[in-house]
Amino acid sequence: MTTTTLIGLLPEGILAFAAVAGLLLGSWLPRRRQWVVRALALAAVAAALAATGAAAAPAAQTVASGGYAVDAGLHAARAAVLVGTGLVVLTAADRFAGTRRETEVYVLLLLAAVGSLVLAGANGLLLLAVGYLLASIPLYALVAAAKDAPGTEGSLKFFLLGALFSVVLLGGTTVLLAAGGATGYTPLGAGLPEAPPAAAAAGAIAVLAALLFKAGAVPAHFWVPDATEGAPAPVAAFITTVPKIGALVAAYRIGAALPLEAAGDWSLLLACVSAATMVLGNLAAFAQDGVLRLLAYSTVGQVGFLLMGAAAYAGSAEALRGLLYYLAAYTVTNIGAFAAVCALPRAERIGDWRGLFGRRPWLALSLVVCLLGLVGTPPTAVFVGKLTVFTAAFDAGLVWLVVLAAVMTAASLFYYLRWILPLFQRPGAEDCGADAAAGAEPAGRWSTGVAIAAAAASLLLGAGAGPVLEFLDAAPLAG
Amino acid sequence: MLSVVVFLPLLAAGVLAVLPRLADRAVAAVWIAVAGIELVLVVLLWIGYYAAADPGAADTADRPAGPAGPIAYETDLEWIPSLGSGYHIGVDGLSLPLVAMTAVLFLACAVYSLRARQPRMRGYTALFLALQTVSTGLFAALDLLLFFVFFDLSIALMYFVIAGWGHGNPARSALRFFLYTFVGSLALLVGFIGLYLAADPHTFDMVELARRTPLDGRAFAGGAVLLAVGIGLAVKTPLVPFHTWLPPAHTDAPAAGSAILAGVLLKMGAYGFARIAMPILPDAWSAWAPGIAAVGAVSVLYGALVALAQSDFKRMVAYTSVNHMGYVLLGLGAAGTAAAGSGGAAPAAAGLAVSGAAVQLVSHGLLTGALFLLAGVLYERGGGYDMGSYSGLATPAPRFAAVLAVAAFGSLGLPGLSGFIAEFQIFTGGLGLLPVQTALALPGILITAALLLRALQRLLLGGLRLPPGAGGGFGDLRAEESAAVVPLLALSVLIGLLPHTLLDVVAPAASAVADLVLR
Repeated sequence: MTTTTLIGLLPEGILAFAAVAGLLLGSWLPRRRQWVVRALALAAVAAALAATGAAAAPAAQTVASGGYAVDAGLHAARAAVLVGTGLVVLTAADRFAGTRRETEVYVLLLLAAVGSLVLAGANGLLLLAVGYLLASIPLYALVAAAKDAPGTEGSLKFFLLGALFSVVLLGGTTVLLAAGGATGYTPLGAGLPEAPPAAAAAGAIAVLAALLFKAGAVPAHFWVPDATEGAPAPVAAFITTVPKIGALVAAYRIGAALPLEAAGDWSLLLACVSAATMVLGNLAAFAQDGVLRLLAYSTVGQVGFLLMGAAAYAGSAEALRGLLYYLAAYTVTNIGAFAAVCALPRAERIGDWRGLFGRRPWLALSLVVCLLGLVGTPPTAVFVGKLTVFTAAFDAGLVWLVVLAAVMTAASLFYYLRWILPLFQRPGAEDCGADAAAGAEPAGRWSTGVAIAAAAASLLLGAGAGPVLEFLDAAPLAG
Repeated sequence: MLSVVVFLPLLAAGVLAVLPRLADRAVAAVWIAVAGIELVLVVLLWIGYYAAADPGAADTADRPAGPAGPIAYETDLEWIPSLGSGYHIGVDGLSLPLVAMTAVLFLACAVYSLRARQPRMRGYTALFLALQTVSTGLFAALDLLLFFVFFDLSIALMYFVIAGWGHGNPARSALRFFLYTFVGSLALLVGFIGLYLAADPHTFDMVELARRTPLDGRAFAGGAVLLAVGIGLAVKTPLVPFHTWLPPAHTDAPAAGSAILAGVLLKMGAYGFARIAMPILPDAWSAWAPGIAAVGAVSVLYGALVALAQSDFKRMVAYTSVNHMGYVLLGLGAAGTAAAGSGGAAPAAAGLAVSGAAVQLVSHGLLTGALFLLAGVLYERGGGYDMGSYSGLATPAPRFAAVLAVAAFGSLGLPGLSGFIAEFQIFTGGLGLLPVQTALALPGILITAALLLRALQRLLLGGLRLPPGAGGGFGDLRAEESAAVVPLLALSVLIGLLPHTLLDVVAPAASAVADLVLR
């Protein structure tokens, strides 16, 4: 391994090292002292963020013999993944502090974060498969961390689908290797034009299917609601946010690096997946009464919007920066909404949230900002994200998709408002008892803090979109 | 200076939200003080603009030419440079009167709130202060993205006003209002993205776009973008058939909320037509102008007829808003056909029609604001809006009766009040350009007159009768209520008797807009 490779992979290395160190440390520490591992995880996230900041300056390059791209795409993914992981670790403090599994939770979160980063940076199919497995396996265990029936069911569904798609991914890799003669994107891009179009298309679709599973997009989204509902809420925040970052950057990379137009209209395929995902996610969220299931379907809908950026890869220079910005915005906003749920673990139904504003105005306001942010109301960050991917898709000739996305955004408003409105109503007679209402129980301090910080970050990122977009504009992808 | 005017209320709202609990009285005092300072600042802006727009002034040549005459108090900062969007604000002859009208109406609502105190006063005040920032910012915005941000925020904030402080079935009305107008705003956004991509280099700057008119000569693309922008603005205006959110939202909102919704927020749509659709898409606008004017004429007639059928006073006023906004679109649409008209009179007529539309915006804001505040008085005293259950209110409440009569007469376009100036200009300008549509709309005036007179007669004349909720008495207007409503009417009379106070600013801007469409 060369020095360039070592320096280029510093953030991933820090996280992996911290995971191993945390595991060793945790097995020696008494149960009351396991917060040390949490501090270690947070320190690792901070150090990796610093390393990302330091490494962001040089131009795009590839390391590890061309297998790993260190470019604007990876830098942005690193920032989003690390911030998201840090926020989730903080949120998890309320739920897991002092429990038997505390250390394992942080270690597995760090490992899954590394997996998401490898997905985002992979410049070849083999590394992509490694990232896929690394981003999946820790999460199967985490979903079942509570050791209860819903968690086991969610985890089993998640695992079975994940195992299926990992086989599909490896099969697709094999077919592409046979057709194009390589697994690295650059040599594969040179080899594919001579390959039979059907083989190239089949292999690429198989690889894409695995990424859609990681992103929680149609048709591989079945695990999302069950895993989200069954998992402990902080874990649900993680699995609906962080792996998506890696998967969507990887999907964009494949579209941009491989000459798949020869095998079929790749952009149109992604656009159709995007359309199906946003329609299904948003419509399915309508009927949900449980807040975690509602958020789960909302994340499916959001992936539909995010995929617009990936679908527009060919026609627009704005697609990449739109996708990356939207990913960052989505990470902050979605984790903020989940953090509010983590703060009140017993408020499982929308009706339980009635009158929260009267008792905990800051938590309620943060939730409102995050939910309206998910709608894409200005001046939150997701608005700018949506604007940029809409623009990119419009520019790429996908006007129908933009119109559909606008309609779906309006539809999404309906179920977010169903949750927002009770916050401001007085707790009424229809609530069964006083203790069912939100705010009657003590709110988790860490989660509340994360929710407020995430809402503030969403507003700041939206107002300060200029410099961020400018940075994302600076460098093309490596490879 | 203009930025201060825009963001001062938001700052005050933030301070109110952070401060420890204040007495309701103190909160109201803060609100009135901030709204008062706003009005003083706007008056200063107006005086300064007047000097700058005077052709004799020395620095006229330095002023950047905007889509509607010289822009004053311009600020142009980078915001999202990679999207070609900036924090670009400024006022010209078209927006300055609306900024002023906004300041007046919000001050009236602040004064009105002194009497009809709301529960959770702090949040209520903070919401209204934030709404004032959003409304002022929208009228001052010269960047499409900035315009859209304010446009969407106005919807979100008004949703909370209706849902939190309304009566009747506020949750449902608020949801309907939000969904409807938000869908409209997304159509608007799609249209804005189309404009942005059509310009080369891409930009969201309205002044730039109006200079380049990127979609001229591309009939299909121009028409499609105009359709998207038009639907978005039509929902907000609202025009038939996109008006169905309006009556429930108005009926269930608190009085001050209705006044702001009708007086300020409805203007955003109509203003958008004159500010964005006409100057930036002139070709498409002229091509579709007869149809646009027809939609306006239908809105005029339909709004008037449905208002005639109402027995609920507040609903009736809400439907007259559909009617009055229809006049605006009729005027703007008529102006778009001037190019096809014959002879040299056409540009003058177009300018007259646009000017009438702009005056109508201000006039309707003042009069309908007053009417909704009076409806709030009616609700507070009698517990309902049903005109059938009131009668003979002139005897116990002569001041209420007098003020209501003036507002209603202004609304039906009696000479001497601002509504007459507006409608006269629209019809004079429009009749020559689009005789059929304008003639179709003419009966609207008659119907409005009939329905408003009938409402006055049912409420004020005859023997005294009150609904059971009134508790036997109907108090006359109190000092705070008069102080809120009377200045609105006084301004309407001022515009009616001395129209040049407003027209000196509006008319040049209006003919500039008309010229843009004609070029």
